[in-house]
Amino acid sequence: MRKESLVSITDYSKDEILEVLETAKLFEANPNRRVLEGKVIATLFFEPSTRTRLSFETAVNRLGGRIIGFSDASTTSSTKGETLKDTIIMVSNYVDLIIMRHYLDGAARYASEVSPKPIINAGDGSNQHPSQTLLDLYSIYKTQGTLENLNITMVGDLKYGRTVHSLLMAMSHFHPTFHFVAPEELKMPDEYKVYCDKLGIPYEEHRDFTEDIIDRADILYMTRVQRERFTDLMEYEKVKNVYTLRNAMLAGSKPNLRILHPLPRVNEIAYDVDDNPKAYYFEQAKNGLYTRQAIICKVLGIKITD
Amino acid sequence: MELSDKELKVAALENGTVIDRIPSDQLFKVVSLLHLDTMDKSITIGNNLYSHKIGKKGIIKIADTFFKEEDIDKIAILAPKAKINIIKDYQVVHKQEVSLPDQLHDIIRCANPKCITNNEPMATKFDVIDKENVTVKCCYCEQAISKEQIKIK
Repeated sequence: MRKESLVSITDYSKDEILEVLETAKLFEANPNRRVLEGKVIATLFFEPSTRTRLSFETAVNRLGGRIIGFSDASTTSSTKGETLKDTIIMVSNYVDLIIMRHYLDGAARYASEVSPKPIINAGDGSNQHPSQTLLDLYSIYKTQGTLENLNITMVGDLKYGRTVHSLLMAMSHFHPTFHFVAPEELKMPDEYKVYCDKLGIPYEEHRDFTEDIIDRADILYMTRVQRERFTDLMEYEKVKNVYTLRNAMLAGSKPNLRILHPLPRVNEIAYDVDDNPKAYYFEQAKNGLYTRQAIICKVLGIKITD
Repeated sequence: MELSDKELKVAALENGTVIDRIPSDQLFKVVSLLHLDTMDKSITIGNNLYSHKIGKKGIIKIADTFFKEEDIDKIAILAPKAKINIIKDYQVVHKQEVSLPDQLHDIIRCANPKCITNNEPMATKFDVIDKENVTVKCCYCEQAISKEQIKIK
């Protein structure tokens, strides 16, 4: 694999993560820098994801690059049975960088092995989505002024939610304390708890989403509890509203608390929270633009210094 | 070298490799793992023999064949307690236990149906994360696979 590619958040060391966040800060101050002038970038979306694609394409446009690609694999040769390898090699003849999303787990890692051009993984099945993790980190960094020694409380679907798993791995560099709030069926998988144990990272698990837990948090990371994840629909009916955050629950929370959510949200954050200054999920999405600009520059070896 | 009766039977091979202490239910999987079915050397296979160490065992003797270390180590996936005897001139010249390599290249299949390796004509690759309990992790989809889920390619 080319070492420039970004496939999984674990591809980046602590220093590399911090480097991306510092660059993102520069892009936030000035997002329009034509450092990709003359470069062509491919956005290959084998699975539709409008939010992620628009964010990446905006990033490229604001950097002065040109884009080719597709937003839905049904219009490509993969429907004729072309292998991923052939598609990637063919496209890499034309471009300087490939940003790809795929419905299969591990597709981006494989692409990074066969492609002579670097790959940015914009999500591979239920596996990794490193640009989401980096924008989450940037949002935490920006709102807390640091990534060190924070109380990170994760709520909702902690079993299937890849964003919480990647965030946990990335935050593990920075001495966090974790609180995992989830129903029994969707609790944090053992492998991540073992991972915390190995690194000596303290964590607590909770079934109930109470104000006592909220009051201790610096970051409240909400996720969607999806009906299709439950084998027992009775169980879903029981818990579906238990993990909903309402404005009244924030009365005693810390002043620096911020509420994050990877979006789209359904009913896990009540609309009355939106007007609370601690609600940060829309700005979090905006941070995705600066973070992705920083990732693109890092992968292409372009240094931004001021 | 002093040899017990049991090992003398094994040493009846003039030159070659003896793979001993294979669990009976894994014997034929070992045969296909090493591609013995397409080999033209003389091969003796015994199965359901009594072993006080592992219960019922299988044994394979392959004449005039010496495997590369990495091929032999593959056996550890199926038979972690297997013992290898190298025979030269009717003598056991080398004994070794198998040990899992750090990485498995294109030997087993990923248990995740949504893994790219099950959907593209490509080689698989796994990191061995727990040699004791035989747990491996797919280098592509990053899922851990336990011993029970392992399927030879």
